[in-house]
Amino acid sequence: MRLSKSWIIAQKDFKTFRRKKNVLYTLLIVPIMISILIPVVLLATHIPVDHLTYLLPAFTFFYVLLAGVVPTTIASYTIVGEKVEKTLEPLLAAPVTDGEILLGKAISAFLPSILAILGGSVLFMVLSDVATFKSLGYYFFPNLNTAVTLFMMVPLAVLMSVEWNVVVSGRVTDVRVAQQLGGLAAIPFVLIYVLGELNFVQLNVTNNLLIISGILALVDVLLFTVTRRTFQREEILTKWK
Amino acid sequence: MIDAENLTKKFGNLTAVDNLTLHVDEGEIFGLLGPNGAGKTTTVRMLCCLISKTEGKASIAGYDVGNEADALKIRKLIGFVPDNVGLYEALSANDNLDFYGKLYDVPDAKRKENIERVLKMLDLWEKKDVMVGTFSKGMKQKLALARALIHDPPVLFLDEPTANLDPEASKTVRDFILELKKQKRTIFLNTHNLDEARRLCDKIGILNTSLRALGSPQELENNVGGRATVIQLEQLTDAVQEALRNLRLDMTIIENRVTIRLANPEKENSAILDAVFRAGGRVQSTAIVGSTLEDAYLKLVRKEAIE
Ligand SMILES: Nc1ncnc2c1ncn2[C@@H]1O[C@H](COP(=O)(O)OP(=O)(O)O)[C@@H](O)[C@H]1O
Ligand SMILES: [Mg+2]
Repeated sequence: MRLSKSWIIAQKDFKTFRRKKNVLYTLLIVPIMISILIPVVLLATHIPVDHLTYLLPAFTFFYVLLAGVVPTTIASYTIVGEKVEKTLEPLLAAPVTDGEILLGKAISAFLPSILAILGGSVLFMVLSDVATFKSLGYYFFPNLNTAVTLFMMVPLAVLMSVEWNVVVSGRVTDVRVAQQLGGLAAIPFVLIYVLGELNFVQLNVTNNLLIISGILALVDVLLFTVTRRTFQREEILTKWK
Repeated sequence: MIDAENLTKKFGNLTAVDNLTLHVDEGEIFGLLGPNGAGKTTTVRMLCCLISKTEGKASIAGYDVGNEADALKIRKLIGFVPDNVGLYEALSANDNLDFYGKLYDVPDAKRKENIERVLKMLDLWEKKDVMVGTFSKGMKQKLALARALIHDPPVLFLDEPTANLDPEASKTVRDFILELKKQKRTIFLNTHNLDEARRLCDKIGILNTSLRALGSPQELENNVGGRATVIQLEQLTDAVQEALRNLRLDMTIIENRVTIRLANPEKENSAILDAVFRAGGRVQSTAIVGSTLEDAYLKLVRKEAIE
C-alpha cells in the first residue's frame, strides 16, 4: 500500500471539488447553518441554567449526526461520479492497487467532511460560549465530553459514513440515489440522539460516549471488510451497474 | 510481446471469449476484428489485468497475466484506451494528463515534457487548460490516446478508438496510430471496422467468441475469403449454365458474367473453360480475382450465424 498513490487520487478529487463549486457549497452549508442557528436561538430565548447544561451536550451530538450525512455528498460524487463518467476503467488500468484507489477515495471524502464538521463545531462552541456566558457564569466549551464527541465519535462516524457510501456506490448508478441511500448512515445516530432525549442514554456522561465510540470503531472495522470486498477491480468492472 | 494461449473468459454460463490463442510481435499492430459482443473488450480487459481469466495463459513482455505481482509491472508497460474514454470532464486536458502522469510515476520535469509533446502531436496543445467537458468526441478520443502515452509505454491497447468518430477525426486517429507504429510500439487494436483493420494492421485476428482466423490482411483475403474466377461470356446460354452446374461449383451469375469461387483457380480454370467451350460458350474474358477482407470477414461471421 503506497499512501502517495492514494494521495494523488485524493488531490485529483480535491481539484475537482474546487471546479465544482456546488459540491463545496453542499458540503459547507449545513454545518455552518447549524453552527450559527443554534447559538442564535440560545441567545434569543432564555433557557434556564440546568436546561442549558443538558441541552448543550445534546447539541454537540448534532455534529455526530452531521458526520453521518456530510460525507455522503462527496463520497457519492467521487465514487458514483467516476462510475457514471466511466473514469474508473483507465484508473484501474494504471499501476495502482484497488486498496490504494479505495484509500484515495476515502481520503477525498473524509478530509473535507471532517474539516467542515470540526470547523462548524468550533464556530458553534465559540458562539454558544458567547451566547450562554451571561446565564452560566462560565464558558461551557471546551470540555472533556465535547472533546470525546468531536475527536473520537465524529471521526469514527465520518469513517463509517464513508465506508457505507462506498458500499452503496457499488450498487447504484445514480448520484441522487446514492446520496439518499448514503444518508441512511445517519440513522443510527438519530436513534442514539432520540434515546438520549428519552433519557435511555445519557449523552453527557463521558463513559457512555466512550462506549458509543467503541461500538462505532467496531462497526467501522466490520464495514471496512465489506468495503474491501465491494471495491475489487473485477467486481467494479463486471458487476457494478 | 503479447501472448495468449487458450485464453477463456466466462461470465456465469456465458462464454465471452473461448480458447483464444494469439501472438503479437514487438512493433506490430495487431487488429482484433469482430462484431459487437464478439469478446474484444473482454479480451483486452483480461490482457490489461483488469479482469481475471477463467482459463488459459497470457503474458505481456514475459510478465504473467493473472499473477498479482506481475500485474503492476504489466500495467506500467502498457497504455490503455478503453472503449469509453473515461476522462475527467470537470478537469482540464492538462490536469487529466498530469494526474495520470503522477500515477505512472513519471517525474515532474519529464511529465511536463511528455504532456507538451503528446498534446502538440495531437493538436491539443492550445486546449490544454480547457475543461474536457467542452471537448468534441474526436478531441476526447485524442486526449485519451495522449493519456495512454503519458508514461511512454512500449505496448498500447486501443479498444475501438475510432468508433463513433466522424470520418475526419477517424483519419486523424488512424494516422496517429501509424505514427505510433513508426515509434516501434506494439499496438493491440480492437475494431469492428474492416477498412481500418486492413489499413493499419500487420496481423488480424477475426474473433467471434472464439478466434475464427488469424493472419495478415493479405493472408486472410486469400485463404479465408478464397479467390474467384470471373468469366465474361458473350451470351450465357442454357447449355453453358447446364455445363457449369454439372461441375458443382460455388458460383453466382449476374447477366452474362459468372463468378466462381475457387480455392485454387490456376489449377481449376482450364477444366472449367473446357466445359464452357464444349457447351458452345463464347468467352470474352476471364480473370482471377482475390476476395476482399470484407468477404473473408463476412464469410466467417455468417458461418457463425448459420451454425
Ligand atoms: N460483466 C459482464 N457480465 C456478463 N456478461 C458480459 C459482461 N461483459 C461482457 N459480457 C458479455 O460478453 C460478451 C462479449 O462482450 P464484449 O467483450 O464487450 O464484446 P465486444 O467488445 O467485442 O463488443 C457479450 O456477449 C457480453 O454481453
Ligand atoms: Mg467492446
